[in-house]
Amino acid sequence: MSDIAERVKKIVVEHLGVEPDKVTEDSSFIDDLGADSLDTVELVMAFEDEFGVEIPDDAAEKILTVKDAIAFVAAHGK
Amino acid sequence: MRRVVVTGVGLVTPLGGNTEATWSRLIAGESGIGPITRFDASDYACRIAGEVPYGDGSDGSFNPDARVDHKIQRQVDRFIHFGLDAAGQALEDAGLTDLSEEEGLRTGTLIGSGIGGLPGIAEESITLHERGPRRVSPHFVHGRLINLVSGQVSIRYGLRGPNHAVVTACSTGAHAIGDAARLIMWEDADIMVAGGAEASICPLGIAGFAQARALSTGFNDTPARASRPWDRDRDGFVMGEGAGIVVLEEMERAKRRGATIYGEVVGYGLTGDAFHVTAPHPEGDGAYRSMAMALRRAGLNPSDIDYVNAHGTSTPMGDELELGAVRRLFGNAVGTLSMSSTKSAIGHLLGGAGAVESIFCLLALRDQVVPPTLNLDNPCEGAEGIDLVPHRARERRVEAALNNSFGFGGTNATVIFRKV
Repeated sequence: MSDIAERVKKIVVEHLGVEPDKVTEDSSFIDDLGADSLDTVELVMAFEDEFGVEIPDDAAEKILTVKDAIAFVAAHGK
Repeated sequence: MRRVVVTGVGLVTPLGGNTEATWSRLIAGESGIGPITRFDASDYACRIAGEVPYGDGSDGSFNPDARVDHKIQRQVDRFIHFGLDAAGQALEDAGLTDLSEEEGLRTGTLIGSGIGGLPGIAEESITLHERGPRRVSPHFVHGRLINLVSGQVSIRYGLRGPNHAVVTACSTGAHAIGDAARLIMWEDADIMVAGGAEASICPLGIAGFAQARALSTGFNDTPARASRPWDRDRDGFVMGEGAGIVVLEEMERAKRRGATIYGEVVGYGLTGDAFHVTAPHPEGDGAYRSMAMALRRAGLNPSDIDYVNAHGTSTPMGDELELGAVRRLFGNAVGTLSMSSTKSAIGHLLGGAGAVESIFCLLALRDQVVPPTLNLDNPCEGAEGIDLVPHRARERRVEAALNNSFGFGGTNATVIFRKV
């Protein structure tokens, strides 16, 4: 679980160009980390690549925070 | 009509990541052409190009981190990196990075590219083919579009006036400067950030131009000798990359704030050949009329022009036709003219060429020196009696300088700059 959290955070840091200590599990991609709608699409693609999961559009729309991403991957990831 | 001057310049070229590195190496007679390193070109007919040297910037190299946000670097194609950096250089040079709200509303962008994000288009089409539509980047479109140099510059520096772009193949940079100057003359803006950017040294770009039989293929082992405008052994152009961006400003405003003025945009000509998609008109008709139009607009005689930065791409046909057009237009005045092709040192920057070479004209006005035509060992027919500045830069009086740029589609542009 903590491994998933670290990998999710790493992707967020890389893709949004934010400082690692700004990224907590409660961080909202858009409200707290400065992402726009295009960034969130790219983040979902990066999660799919990293964890070998497919995140359908309706599920992707509900992934708004770091915690949401970790939860999805933990439930569906390989 | 309001008058327009250049108060800032920025360059990213195969000779360096900034204006002074490029200019000092150009005047020293150095070449920026080398083997292609961006991809394995061993199967290609042309294996050389003018690649921008990357580094930390301290040695005159190009450091993308200096002016382009990391996140943007990852999202957009290389031509936008070059354009953003050169625009930043130009605005810093002009002392206009910190515009007021009101100034921002009166400042615009008009930056073009010949091809735009070709490397990214090629790569993403492979992703689509191999992995399907859901793997295409959400940044694919806006990271490749030609007008996104203007768009990114506008956002980065808060420029809220005209946000425009030119796409006229290898005439792009010259058209951008000429058109942007007119926006200031017509009072649509007081300041314009204008020029061109290009980065098409990628497998598809090299293959495409090689198949059009436009590239040099005979100098793969001696790259610095490959771009040789007007030389009898020339066999095609060498692709370069980079960007040239100028800050244009309404003259009275520039004078009031005590800005350093490189020169005035006094003439602009633009014509079409209506002949062939890639070959120039056999009598150089469009080129001749473009130069004549620019001279007329400037109110200058041919004998007033001290320096011509030629289109001179090092292709067998184009070089001689341009030379012929200059001879016809200038008549006896060719005897006092210096004309060189700086593509001999940096290759052909396509949509960036006209802007980069316009900046060379402005620096010639500033330093009273004209850059050389490298590799001009045996001049072609028609070169006698005209100073093509072979091998070495020449110090001389330069009061007015003319830049020619001609592009596929039979599009021609000429810009004339004069000392203020």
